[in-house]
Amino acid sequence: MASNKKYWKNEAELNPNDSIVETLRQNEFVEQIPVDDFLGDKEGLSATSTNRRDFLKYVGFSTAAATLAACEGPVHKSIPYVVQPENIIPGVANYYATTIADGFDFASILVKTREGRPIKVENNKDAKVAGSANARVQASVLSLYDSTRLQGPMANGEPVEWSVLDAAVKAKLGSLKGSGQQIALLTQTYASPSTDRLIADMKAEFGNVNHVVYDAVAEDAAASAFEARYGERALADYDFEKADFIVSFGADFLGDWQGGGYDSGYAKGRIPKKGKMSRHVQFEANMTLSGANADKRVPLTPMQQKIALAKLYAELNGSSVGGELSKGVLKAIKDVAAQIAKNKNGAVVVTGLDDINAQTVVLAINEMLGSKAFDAKSPRYVRQGNVKSVQKLIADMKAGKVGALITDGVNPMYTLPNAADFKEGVEKVGLSVAFSTNWNETTEVMQYTAAANHFLESWGDVQVKKGHYSLMQPTIQELFDTRQFQTALLNWLGSDKSYYDYIKETWSNSILAGNDWNKALHDGVYSGAAVAFAAGDDADPQDEATSEEDKEIVDASEAEEVVASSVSITAAINGLANATSGGGMELELYSKTGMGAGHQANNPWLQEFPDPITRVSWDNYVTVSKADAERLGFENYHVANGGLDGSYANITVNGVTVSNVPVIIQPGQAVGSIGLSFGYGRKVGMKSEMQTGVNAYPLYQDFKSVQSATIEKASGTHEFACIQLHKTLMGRGDIIKETTLEIFNTKDHSEWNVQPVVSLDHKEVPATSVDLWDSFDRSIGHHFNMSIDLNACTGCGACVIACHAENNVPVVGKEEVRKSRDMHWLRIDRYYSSEDTFEDDNTKKDNFDGLSGDNGSLGGFGELEHPAANPQVAFQPVMCQHCNHAPCETVCPVAATSHSRQGQNHMAYNRCVGTRYCANNCPYKVRRFNWFLYNNNDEFDYHMNNDLGKMVLNPDVNVRSRGVIEKCSMCIQKTQKTILDAKRDGRLVKDGEFQTACSSACSTGAIVFGDVNDKESKVAKLAESDRMYHLLEHVGTKPNVFYHVKVRNTNEA
Amino acid sequence: MKKVPYRHSISKVLGVSLIVFLLFSVSIFAQDGGSAEGASAEVADSGDSSGDPAKGKALFNQNCAACHSLTRKMTGPALANVESRLSDDEGLDREWLYSWIKNSPGLIASGDAYANKVYNEYNQAAMTPFPTLSNEDIDNILAYTAAPPKTAAPAAAAAGEASGSGSGSSGDGVSNELVLAALALVFGLLVVMLFLVNKTLRRIAEANGVDLSQEESAKRLPLWKAFAKNQFLVLVTVVFLLLGSAYFAYGWMMQVGVDQGYAPVQPIHYSHRIHAGDNKIECKYCHSSARVSKTSGIPSLNVCMNCHKSIYQVADETLEEGKREYGIDYNKEIKKLYAAVGWDEENQKYTGESQPVKWVRIHNLPDFAYFNHSQHVSVAGIECQQCHGPVEEMEVMYQYSPLTMGWCVNCHRETDIKVEGNAYYEKIHAELSKKYGVDKLTAAQMGGLECGKCHY
Repeated sequence: MASNKKYWKNEAELNPNDSIVETLRQNEFVEQIPVDDFLGDKEGLSATSTNRRDFLKYVGFSTAAATLAACEGPVHKSIPYVVQPENIIPGVANYYATTIADGFDFASILVKTREGRPIKVENNKDAKVAGSANARVQASVLSLYDSTRLQGPMANGEPVEWSVLDAAVKAKLGSLKGSGQQIALLTQTYASPSTDRLIADMKAEFGNVNHVVYDAVAEDAAASAFEARYGERALADYDFEKADFIVSFGADFLGDWQGGGYDSGYAKGRIPKKGKMSRHVQFEANMTLSGANADKRVPLTPMQQKIALAKLYAELNGSSVGGELSKGVLKAIKDVAAQIAKNKNGAVVVTGLDDINAQTVVLAINEMLGSKAFDAKSPRYVRQGNVKSVQKLIADMKAGKVGALITDGVNPMYTLPNAADFKEGVEKVGLSVAFSTNWNETTEVMQYTAAANHFLESWGDVQVKKGHYSLMQPTIQELFDTRQFQTALLNWLGSDKSYYDYIKETWSNSILAGNDWNKALHDGVYSGAAVAFAAGDDADPQDEATSEEDKEIVDASEAEEVVASSVSITAAINGLANATSGGGMELELYSKTGMGAGHQANNPWLQEFPDPITRVSWDNYVTVSKADAERLGFENYHVANGGLDGSYANITVNGVTVSNVPVIIQPGQAVGSIGLSFGYGRKVGMKSEMQTGVNAYPLYQDFKSVQSATIEKASGTHEFACIQLHKTLMGRGDIIKETTLEIFNTKDHSEWNVQPVVSLDHKEVPATSVDLWDSFDRSIGHHFNMSIDLNACTGCGACVIACHAENNVPVVGKEEVRKSRDMHWLRIDRYYSSEDTFEDDNTKKDNFDGLSGDNGSLGGFGELEHPAANPQVAFQPVMCQHCNHAPCETVCPVAATSHSRQGQNHMAYNRCVGTRYCANNCPYKVRRFNWFLYNNNDEFDYHMNNDLGKMVLNPDVNVRSRGVIEKCSMCIQKTQKTILDAKRDGRLVKDGEFQTACSSACSTGAIVFGDVNDKESKVAKLAESDRMYHLLEHVGTKPNVFYHVKVRNTNEA
Repeated sequence: MKKVPYRHSISKVLGVSLIVFLLFSVSIFAQDGGSAEGASAEVADSGDSSGDPAKGKALFNQNCAACHSLTRKMTGPALANVESRLSDDEGLDREWLYSWIKNSPGLIASGDAYANKVYNEYNQAAMTPFPTLSNEDIDNILAYTAAPPKTAAPAAAAAGEASGSGSGSSGDGVSNELVLAALALVFGLLVVMLFLVNKTLRRIAEANGVDLSQEESAKRLPLWKAFAKNQFLVLVTVVFLLLGSAYFAYGWMMQVGVDQGYAPVQPIHYSHRIHAGDNKIECKYCHSSARVSKTSGIPSLNVCMNCHKSIYQVADETLEEGKREYGIDYNKEIKKLYAAVGWDEENQKYTGESQPVKWVRIHNLPDFAYFNHSQHVSVAGIECQQCHGPVEEMEVMYQYSPLTMGWCVNCHRETDIKVEGNAYYEKIHAELSKKYGVDKLTAAQMGGLECGKCHY
């Protein structure tokens, strides 16, 4: 039941004696005026020759001078186009459909451009596959304007002309033609029909070309298992919308598992319709987004997950396998097996275990179930990397068999666990060229650096899933003297075609089947029959002139296939059941929601994006369970200013040590396991502010994401920038309401969605019926409301970045975030709560026997499940609630914030004098104060201080100055634009036209925005739902944002 | 930016009084205006026996001038003395010209050598056929082209001079110096008269034996002393002084940042008076984005070239007027445009070397105020002049409105919503006007005064 649950935001809150938590609770604004900064330096003060009189003189003079200077305004220049492009009207945005395919993220997107500048990424709603942009894709537009981008090609660190590079490459390739040495291409996954054709052309031209696809974070096991079973190197696709019962063994499918993008389908199944919703059971080690959203989460180390998977298969099969698991887990597996048996083809099992046996078993289970959600016929092509080929290439390079190496979209010197081998190999390669947008670890060791285009400057095509194509088109001319890999390749092949013509040729010849190219380009996506897809290092049929080396590789991979397919299910099950941890702690390496594989480590939006689970920004860290932390002496504690401090640890895998890794004690982390994320710790070519975290790739040995590691405490204290205890709950636990499906279906909503009551004339009346203010009539015109469904929200954070991009929200940096001065207009609060029942504990308690011994109560009680061992998690996006009776408005001394008829709470920045009374009086803590001038300020060297970074700013939204409060405006610039469009066309606004940045970024449909006065609108219907509630309803603020009670499907049978 | 004196300042008051005097004086000086009016331009009659050059000129301007000039190459060749040139160089007679003018494509198709040569020389742009022109018309035109340009030029110059001298002496030419001199004279006279009267009176008094000086000094305190003694008067004066200075200080401060009347010198002297006034070009022809965008848009140079590809110089009268009234050679300004857009006049081609024009921005709203032109122009149907003033009379563009928030708000309070034919407004207008009990809603009642409508 909702009412008697205790919510907590941080593990420290569970300790009733924690004085700091208590202090923070009492003292909401923890930040004191930093008097010591300017008065603390006694020596400096006494040594100075400026006395009080002088000081006053200076003040007087500067005031007078400033007054005088202010009288003369500056002269502004206005420079129109000489020849205005036909499709550009200054002040009107254009949208282009394009596709991101950076080797890690694949998505069909719309790009909003203003006066030719891309400024925002939107979801492409026409795309049936991968049409939703995650946080990283949303932020990718800022990477286009990265001031550290390469501005032209380089040779050995010196800028050169493209002609020099071209000549060198052409000469070398020509000399290698027909020679014994191979030409190696080490690239990201393109999944691009045209690029594949181009590389096939190159093979035909030079013969000895070896194309190796390398994914920084590999899905090798899954791809190999799929290849062994279905004969194609790809990944099975899943549609979680069709699943009634989802079982996941360590698969973070709401994160980056197998390329990600599964959240929208999942969320659709999670909204209770006609009393039904899907049930999701997650067995996992690290607390992931998927685990956080699961109805039941069982923390297991990867080794235990393997055994559990084997046992599940045995249960389904009616057989039995060995392996040790605790009683509770065994029961959980039995329940899962029973429910799978009940749901049959409505069930689906997925796994993220980096183990070919586990992947094989999962494919077998789904096939056996005939799962509706499982699609092996049209697989995904987003991860084609082949670990063996990469290792072979490095060996070849070291052996001097490689004459030329060209890399694109990869940074092996950073991402390879054996980067030193790669470096040694590169030194023996005759010609090495790296295509890269930035100076990085790899460009440092390569001879030539070809400055590459950002994807928003490039042409391209992608086949994300068999038969589903999308096109990439430039949305801006190259900002610098850069070229994309394919253009350069065409040039080196002696072709005078542009890559655009080349793609068009590919499409009209084999993909479009007579359909219109322009329409496909306009839509950005095209679905049709699949064409033969020559992926990775598979030889093209026409490629007869393959050299010896290349044949060897083909042979090798064919041999692999034979081996792989011979892995029978029985062997796989035995392999799983006999899994061992390898002795040490089980380290599971993962990619964070914000940073992924680290492609965009120089992106300040992503650096400042707080991790959905830990709420830590600007860092990666090792996650450790509470039990292990106590054993190993790790600590997390809050210091007086509200910041989180933690211990450091050294992690060693096979003799490779990554030292000084900050430790986060993660509730729900499986005991015996630790987690560490990729993507951080980059140094070369990065601004100093962005050089955050530690590099986890050296621990990624043999490209296995699970490693046996030893961890030990290191000296020192790490200061986290964690948005955790900044705002306390202050005893308002009813901010989240949740219930179970059973109660939801059987009881009246007044029981599980309790209306708060207050005392009026000594009688209990609903809190909403009592009011200090007279209500304003909002029944005429538009009245905007926003609906947020806690069931559909997966916490992915795409809305947070979308809000950043739309509203010119500044980046404040690690130090400021730590001081709770983060500027996010929209935050996704994460709440932990303990499970309803403690069955395990009760059984254990009943079995206590005596004081000491194995079953002794003395040690036994200590082992009893700590509330932090396996919490339930709820995500709650909170932005300004746009209260109809807003407490902030009544306290503003200058009437800078006021209310509109349309329901939006307005904020006039130029009127604000910065008293911060409104922030004090806001019960939702959504108002943000500009402590500094964040733009044009080199102290904040992110993107608003340079001309390039400023190009991403939305010209329709103010850039706020120092000393004013800002907050969510409910994207008034967008609603006003929609209204104006309707007025100009002389028509009514249709439902769905009103959007905010967050609602249009939300691919799960959790955030719905619209006009409640339009009775037919979606949001008006949602407002009538039984699940609807307002935040802190008893305060009587009458917000225009409402939430939907979270329903958990706890149905065990 | 140029500072603008506050409207209540003393200089304004003086200005007003000056204008009053001007009004009187103008009527005096305007009498001279008519003297030169009679001198009408005399078109030189250069006698060509076969046609009337005066009629020819009219026909030429009507039909040919878009592509041809007498003296320079344009879309087509220069046409001065075309007939004699053709007969001398090519041996073609007037008959050939008739057939060419009436049906040039036909002549080209027939394979005529010279016709094809000309056709190819001018980028294969065929001349528009003029079958409606009679032989007589063509004779007239040819007569005009045959008239030696020299005879035409003095005629035009004479005409220019005549009209120039005419307007030069018309009413608005009265200089302020004259008025001031007259005023000074009047004041001088008054002072002298006063002095004389005083002197006379004193003489009379003296003659009557009254000792004025003694009487005055004995009886009266000096005025300032009397004033200083009266504390109440001092208090009142101080209060008034303080209030007055506060009033002026407030007024002065309120005009900080208000740039009404700001008329900067632009890199190209563009005359709205000629374009929007004389030629009656619709504002939104050039400022087209005002219909759909938040900005009205400074026209890009390709818009200028839509017309100025053909209009390479202004009429002589206009040129003279520009030089005389504003000290501007309009033709030079057109040359500046050509230089910026990279137009090679000789070869009638773009060179591709362009130079963006850095206009000085006149209307400059602060960043925190959102203003959308299309809302006002397309939806509300407001005339541009309502905010921008009589642009069609402005030789130099200036900021007409103060662009202050008070000015915006006043207009929103007074202006009714334009509901007619806009389905968006129908329902909301009906409901709201019923609620407020009015027939027509103002923009303010519609929510146009809410902070967030303009500030976000």
